[in-house]
Amino acid sequence: MSKSISFVRSEMLGQQKPPVSEAGALKWVRENLFSNLFNTVLTLLGLYVIFSLITAIYPWLNNSVWNANSLGECRDIIAATAGEGAIGACWALINERWHQFLFGFYNQDAYWRPLMAFGMLFVALAPVLYFGLRRPTTLMAAVPSVLMVLSLFAVGTDAWHLFLVAVILAGLTGLAYLAPKKLVYFTLLFPLIAFYLIWGGAVWAPIGVFVGFAIAAALLVGLQARIGVIPAAGIAALVAVIWWLFIQPIVTGALFSVMPIGLEPVDSSKFGGFLLSFVIGVTAISGSLPIGILLALGRRSDMLLIKALSVGFIEFVRGVPLITMLFTASLLLQYFLPPQTNFDLILRVIILVTLFASAYIAEVIRGGLAALPRGQTEAADALGLDYWQAQRLIIMPQALKIAIPGIVSSFIGLFKDTTLVALVGLADPLQGISKIVRADIAWKGIYWEPYLFVGAIFFIFCFSMSRYSMYLENKLKTDHR
Amino acid sequence: MAIATEAPKADFRLSMLIYDTRYRSITIQVIVLGLFVAFVWWLLGNVQTNLAAKGKDISYSFLFSRAGYDIDQQLIPYTNDSTHGRALFIGLLNTLLVAFFGCILATVIGVTAGVLRLSKNWLVGRLMTVYVEVFRNVPLLLWIILSFTIFSEEMPQVKDFKVTQEMVDTGSTPEAEMILFGTVAVSNRSTNIPAPMLDRPLGSAMIADVPINYSTLAVLLTLFGSIWINRRIVASAKAIQEATGVRPVTWWKSLAVIILPTTALLLALGLHWDIPRFAINENGVSQGFNFIGGISVAHSFTALLIALSIYHGTYIAEAVRAGILAISRGQSEAAYALGLRPNRTMSLVILPQALRVIVPPLISQFLNLTKNTTLGMAISYLDLKGTLGGITLNQTGRELECMLLMMLIYLILSLLISLGMNIYNASNTLKER
Repeated sequence: MSKSISFVRSEMLGQQKPPVSEAGALKWVRENLFSNLFNTVLTLLGLYVIFSLITAIYPWLNNSVWNANSLGECRDIIAATAGEGAIGACWALINERWHQFLFGFYNQDAYWRPLMAFGMLFVALAPVLYFGLRRPTTLMAAVPSVLMVLSLFAVGTDAWHLFLVAVILAGLTGLAYLAPKKLVYFTLLFPLIAFYLIWGGAVWAPIGVFVGFAIAAALLVGLQARIGVIPAAGIAALVAVIWWLFIQPIVTGALFSVMPIGLEPVDSSKFGGFLLSFVIGVTAISGSLPIGILLALGRRSDMLLIKALSVGFIEFVRGVPLITMLFTASLLLQYFLPPQTNFDLILRVIILVTLFASAYIAEVIRGGLAALPRGQTEAADALGLDYWQAQRLIIMPQALKIAIPGIVSSFIGLFKDTTLVALVGLADPLQGISKIVRADIAWKGIYWEPYLFVGAIFFIFCFSMSRYSMYLENKLKTDHR
Repeated sequence: MAIATEAPKADFRLSMLIYDTRYRSITIQVIVLGLFVAFVWWLLGNVQTNLAAKGKDISYSFLFSRAGYDIDQQLIPYTNDSTHGRALFIGLLNTLLVAFFGCILATVIGVTAGVLRLSKNWLVGRLMTVYVEVFRNVPLLLWIILSFTIFSEEMPQVKDFKVTQEMVDTGSTPEAEMILFGTVAVSNRSTNIPAPMLDRPLGSAMIADVPINYSTLAVLLTLFGSIWINRRIVASAKAIQEATGVRPVTWWKSLAVIILPTTALLLALGLHWDIPRFAINENGVSQGFNFIGGISVAHSFTALLIALSIYHGTYIAEAVRAGILAISRGQSEAAYALGLRPNRTMSLVILPQALRVIVPPLISQFLNLTKNTTLGMAISYLDLKGTLGGITLNQTGRELECMLLMMLIYLILSLLISLGMNIYNASNTLKER
């Protein structure tokens, strides 16, 4: 007797597709946008916000006018093309005044100078960011150089200067490719070159300053083995100061009367716009790094007096708003300096902003120092390194690496804060230039366009810097997690 | 048997001041001290010569002379006959006012944005990322000026709020409408908000020229008293829970204790709201040129407040996000394994730990916000920088005194805030062995 089995599946079924709601875009939408009531409400709210933003901004952008001579003309054009009552952006203002936003009242035929300095800034930064690596160094030199030459072409530089800048930047790029490690010497020279390019004047002044640094460096190297780092540094600084204050003016004056070579000097009252922001920001941050390192070391020092002075300085500067520092520069500095000392406001502001930034940088670097295990210092001691050798070879490279994100964010903050110089009467892009532009009778009543333009440029720089610091943070993360 | 002998003591030589590490630090400190004293001496000498050259002296007596300028936002009575010292005080109060509300608003915005940025909702997360990145990468000054410009140029004129005879005849309504159920009027001149008024106030007294309002004092005392009682209730509930494992239901007690006494007191005092409006004649036509009643809040305050809180909100959002992300996943997984529900996990496990990470950067943002109130100067907000460091300075010509005093006050404010932070930190750090 057999009982036959009615049906036995002999081969496997093919895999079924997942239900529609559990796969692909629908699943994603369900999980990420409409997972529960609260999320659904949030999503709808978000969609509503996006929708209302787009409906408000799109017609405004779509009706943009790029060529007009005044706000009234702009509005007429918008009314003619898009109908009565339509809104539209009037970018004609930017089209007409972009050079003021970028350079202030800098001589128009000398735009190549700040632009070349800006291109060189990246070349000078390359060895700091990628010391000795050929590919990134070359890229960092080449890309901004090409961009700078293109923008020089766009601002209408004469052929001779265009050629000159192109040759110099190409030469630097070649140097970056051939000897990326040697490029660090250019970085050291860059402040003087940039100063000379931007301010102009006799070529001998920056050379004289350079000679002062060279004397100081020679003395430091020659003496430190014999009498220790700190006395050597003291003597070197003293000699350099004597050179700068008393000997250099005579020497450079004599040289200039013999060989009057130089660029046309530009008065710093003509500086404005983003040129001013960059001059103040870059000078202040590069000046504040060494001071900040010294302050951070001072704050961790065993020497009571040094520690007290460092802490006092850092806490005082961090406790007062930047504006008070700026007003100190514009109002108070004249009381603290010898009578008849009179140097221009931009320089005074740069000095005070540098001091301000150095207190913040000091705290950032102190964080980096605190994050280092004690073993590193002890290992350096065990190897017989003295204090400065240990700092230079063991401690600082690691502490600075940890501090890089903080340093970059301090720089971003400082760069944004350069807009405050408008409050002491300098023509920053935001308040100073926009005010001047808006005071023009032809453009009275316009505000979205200039502020958006300035804000967008700030955004591009700050955002890319913060992204770069995030990238660097990831790249430098060598601990195992 | 080895006998340890002490290293022979060398006689002191002058060169040891430099070469011997035992003495070198003293040498360096003495030199630095000398340099520092010389530097300060030099500065003070310069100040003396410069002051003598200008025929000035250092004196703070101007603080007691007549100020002679008006301040449009004053928390305590002030006229242009008051002293410069009182103007300083008004400015300080204005600084503290905008800083106080700014900190609260920035915290609300920042915590919301930070939490939403971490939410599972993709769209809202991206939106919050855009908010944070856009607002923190553009200078604060731009937000201040832009919001002020929007307020003073985009908002309707005061006359657009008025009802004219023609409108009464045709039955139409004014061009501009008051927002929030007709209680708040935002015109291009100011924001007019309702003012709390009492029918039966308790009166007030002047103590050292500062008016003390008894009604406000009574309400505040009642409120703090109820909060204190509520804390006792919660504490006793906790004690019961620790002892028995069952937590008594307290939420209705808390609610009643906090709300009822204050509400009763306010009702007894006869609280009502004075809504900004126009004087109306018998036909219903608006009279006069400006709103009567309510409180008129200057745009410089509103714009500064909004810009400060939106800008610093982004930093707080980042701090909150970083704090929550810093708590390892294991913590929430362990809480789930113990059977805690998600919201209990958040409030009992994640938040207490995250707060430890969040609070220090949060307080430093409060500090920054307080310092950044000085930017109100760009839109003529008369805070401490505007009165003492602005008009008073220009009128009296005493730059040195004004600037030093102002820096001192800001320094004290900052130190107070950091002190608060340190006390909080000390009470909340992990108690380790």
